[in-house]
Amino acid sequence: MTDRAAPTPAERSGARSGWLLSAPALLLLAIGATGPLLVIVVYAFLEKGSYSGVQWAFSTEAWFQVLFERDIFDDTVTLADAHLTILWRSVKLSLATTALAFLLGLPTAWFIATRPPECRAVWLFLVTIPFWTNLLIRTFAIMEVIRNGGILNSALMGLGLIETPIQILYTDAAVLIGMVYVYLPLMVLPLYAAVERFDMRLLEAAHDLYASRWQALRRVVLPVIRPGIVAGSILVFVPSLGAYVTPRLLGGGKNMMIGNFIELQFGQGRNWPLGAALSLILLLVVLCALVLLTRLTQREAEE
Amino acid sequence: MRRFDPAALPGFAWIAVGALILLWAPIATMVVYSFNASQSVALWGGFSLQWYAAAAGNAAVQAAALRSVVIALSAAAIASAVAKMAALGTTRRGGFRGRRVIYLVINQPLMVPEIVTAVALLIVFASVKVATGYAGLGYLILAHSAFCVPFAYLPIRARLEGMDRSLETAAADLYATPWQTFRHVTLPILAPGIAAGAMLAFVISLDDVIITEFVKSAGQDTLPTYMLGQLRRAVTPEVNAISTALLALTVTLLTAFFVLTRRRDTKP
Amino acid sequence: MRLILLSALTCAATGALAQGQLNIYNWGNYTSPELIEKFEAETGIDVTITDYDSNDTALAKVEAGGHGFDIVVPTHSVLPVWIEKGLLQKPGIPQMENYGNIAERWRTIEWDPGREWSVPWLWGTTGVAVNTAVYDGDINTSAIWLDPPEALAGKVNVVPEMEDVINLALLYVGSKPCTSDREKLRAARDVLAAAKPHWMSMDYGMTEKLGNGDVPASVNWNGSTFRARAQNSDVAYGYPKEGYVVWMDNAALLADARNVEEAKAFLNFIMDPENAAMISSFARYANGIEGSEQYLPEDMRTAPEIVVPEELRDAGVFSLACPDEINEFYTAIWTELQK
Repeated sequence: MTDRAAPTPAERSGARSGWLLSAPALLLLAIGATGPLLVIVVYAFLEKGSYSGVQWAFSTEAWFQVLFERDIFDDTVTLADAHLTILWRSVKLSLATTALAFLLGLPTAWFIATRPPECRAVWLFLVTIPFWTNLLIRTFAIMEVIRNGGILNSALMGLGLIETPIQILYTDAAVLIGMVYVYLPLMVLPLYAAVERFDMRLLEAAHDLYASRWQALRRVVLPVIRPGIVAGSILVFVPSLGAYVTPRLLGGGKNMMIGNFIELQFGQGRNWPLGAALSLILLLVVLCALVLLTRLTQREAEE
Repeated sequence: MRRFDPAALPGFAWIAVGALILLWAPIATMVVYSFNASQSVALWGGFSLQWYAAAAGNAAVQAAALRSVVIALSAAAIASAVAKMAALGTTRRGGFRGRRVIYLVINQPLMVPEIVTAVALLIVFASVKVATGYAGLGYLILAHSAFCVPFAYLPIRARLEGMDRSLETAAADLYATPWQTFRHVTLPILAPGIAAGAMLAFVISLDDVIITEFVKSAGQDTLPTYMLGQLRRAVTPEVNAISTALLALTVTLLTAFFVLTRRRDTKP
Repeated sequence: MRLILLSALTCAATGALAQGQLNIYNWGNYTSPELIEKFEAETGIDVTITDYDSNDTALAKVEAGGHGFDIVVPTHSVLPVWIEKGLLQKPGIPQMENYGNIAERWRTIEWDPGREWSVPWLWGTTGVAVNTAVYDGDINTSAIWLDPPEALAGKVNVVPEMEDVINLALLYVGSKPCTSDREKLRAARDVLAAAKPHWMSMDYGMTEKLGNGDVPASVNWNGSTFRARAQNSDVAYGYPKEGYVVWMDNAALLADARNVEEAKAFLNFIMDPENAAMISSFARYANGIEGSEQYLPEDMRTAPEIVVPEELRDAGVFSLACPDEINEFYTAIWTELQK
C-alpha cells in the first residue's frame, strides 16, 4: 500500500466517505457475525465444561490438542497428523470444486451475457431458480439421480451402454458432482456481472490481429473479467472449505471434512475449546489466502 | 458464408447447456417424485397427489416454508442494501488505509464453518433473549442478513472494479448533482451486479440450516431445519410437494412479471 | 414506586405467559399430529412443536437459555446430564392420575429412579438391519458389520452415531459400554479399524436406502427397519447376541418453562394408553405404557422389530452417556476411524 506519504485532503475525504458508506455493513456484521465470534476466541482459551460448553478457567489445552495428540493407549505424545489429513482433504476438495465450477461457470456466464439483453434476465433466472429449493432437498434429488437404481444408471442401462449399474453414490465423484452443483451459482453470477460489462469489440480487434479464439480468451477476455473470477473463486473456495452436509450425504461420510471435525467437537466430542481453536486456525488459513489473493490481484492491476 | 461472431467461443454454448441440465436434473427429479404414491422419497410407487394433500393438511410444514421465504426475502433486501453501499465505499475511493480491513470483515462470514458462527450466535443471542424477553424472528433475520453480506457484496464489487468512470465524470461536467449522477448513471451500470448479489443472498439464506437451527426460538422452524429434524428418521415426500408448489409459484410470478414488464417496454 | 415497578413487571410477565400455550421441543418427525390435535381439542391449549436433530443440539440450546420451550424429549442416556445441569424441574409425575399406567419395567430405571423427572415417550433398540435376499445367514450378530460375511463385504452402512457404534463394538469384544479398561477400548478400536474397509458408507436415512435396496445391511434402529420392511419385505432386523443398545426417549419439563401447568397436563395426557399408542403408531416405536398394545395397529403388535425375541432379551444393554474422561477415548477412536 502507498501509505508512506501523508494523505492528501482528497484521499482523506475518500477514506472518510469510504468508512461512512461501509458503516451499515460493518455494523450488521459486528452484531450478527463477527462480533459474536469473539466468544469463540475466548472459548479457545478456556477449559472444556462437563458434557458441553466451557468452564471459566484459563487453559491452553485446546491449542495443545490442535497440534499434538496424546495416544489414548500408551500416553505418548505425537504430532496430530489426523488434523492435517482432514484439513488437507478439505483443501483438496475445495480446490477441485472451485476449478470445476470455473470450467463450467465461465461458459455459462458467457453464454448468458451474449444473449440479447432482453433475454438475459430469463437465462439468469433459469440458472438460479433450481437454487430456490433448499439444499437438503436438492441433495436428496441428486442422490435419486445417481444412485444404483436411479435415473442415470437406469437410462444408461436402458440405452444398453452399461450392463450393471455404476456405483457413483458414496464415491469421491459423487461428492464433487454435488459440490459443483451446490456452488455453481456462486461462480456464475459474479462472472456474469463481470462478463456482461465486457466489450465484445475487443474480441473483434483480437481476431483482426490474427489471434486464435483461445489466445483471445486467454489474453483478452480473462484479464478483463479478472475481478469476477476472483469474486467467484472466493465465493466458491472459502465456503466449500467448511462444507460438510453435502460431502457427508453424497460421499457416505466415511471420512471427515474439517467442517465435520469441528462439528464433532461442538457435539458428540463435547470439546468446545478444541472446536473453537480449530475454527480459529481455519480462519487464519483462509485469511492468509485472501490477503495473498488481494495483494496478488492488486499488484497485477497496478502493473 | 456465416458472419463472424466474436462472442461465440468454441464449445461454450455446449458447456452452458450441459451446466443447465446439471442444474435442472435434480429439480426435475424432485418435481416427479412429489407425485409419488410411495411412502418414501426414494422409491417410485405410481402417480399420486397424496403428498400434496398431506402438505396441504400439514400446517407445520407450510408455516416452515413461509417462514423460510420471509426470512430469505428480508435478508436479501437488507444484505444487498448495505453491501451496495459498502461496495461503493471500498472500490471508488482509491486505496485508503483500512480498506483491506473492511474487505476482510465483510468476507468474514465466509471464513468459518457454519457450526462455529452458529455456536457463537447461540451464546450471544440467548443472553439477549433472556435479558430482553424478545424472542421473535428478528434474530434469524439479523443473522441471515449478516452472513449474506459477502454474497451480495462480491458480485457488486466485481462489477464496480475497473468500471469506466468517464460516464460519471461526463455527468458531473453536465452539472448533474452527485445524487443525479448516482441515480441515472452509476446505478443502472451497477444493476446486474446488485441483482446477482441479491439473488445469491436470497439463495444462501434459503439454504441455511445450522445457523438457523441454533438461533431459532420456539415455533421458528424453517423448511431446512424441519428437514434436518427428520434426517435421522425418514424424510417424507411432503417436502418435495411443498418445494414443488413453491417452485411453481415463483416461476408463475416471475413469468407474469416478465410478461408485464415486456408489454410496458414495447409500448411507444 | 417499587409497587408500580412490580406490578408493571407482573403485567409484562403475564403478557409473555399467554395462557393456554405449550411449546414442545422434540426430535423431528416424532410427534404424532393426531395426538396434538386430540390434546388441543380436549384442553383448549395451543401447542407448538419445534424440532431438533440431536441430543447435543438440544442440550446446547436449552443450556444457553432464552429458547421459550416447555417440554423437551431427551434420550435416557443424557437425561442425568440434563438433571445435573439443573435444566429440568420435577413435574410431580408420581402424583399424576395416569402415573400407574407406566409399565413396571419403565418405572424402576437407573437414569430416573421412581420417574421423578420424566415420562416415557418411546423406546427402541439399535441393532442391525439386513436384506435377507442378499445374505440369508444368521443376522443376530454384530459380525454383520464388524466382520461382514462375503455377501455383504463392501456394502455395509454404519449410522454415524459415535456412542452407539463404539458401544456396540465394545459389546462385540466382550466388554461393557463406557469401560475405562484400555485393553478393551483398544480391542474395540482394532475391530472397528479392521471392519471399516468393508463399509460402504456411514450415513443416516436408512429407511429409504434399505427399502429401495441401495444398502443391503446397516447398523440401524428398529423403528426405521420396520418402516423399511413395509417397502421391502426382504429386510429383517437382527438383535446382536453379543449385545445391542436399548434406549428410551423421555418427555421432561424444563426448569425455565413458562407454561408449567399446560406442560404437566400434557405429560399426564401421554401416559394414557390410547394416547401413547398414537405416539407409537406414528413413529413406529414401542412406548412404555401398560395397556397401550390394544390400541396399536395389528402389524405393530406382532412386528419382530418391536417385539424382542425372548432368547435375545438379555443381550439388550442400557447405557448412560459416558463420563467426560471416557468420552475422550470415544472421540479419539472416532477421529482415528474417520480421519
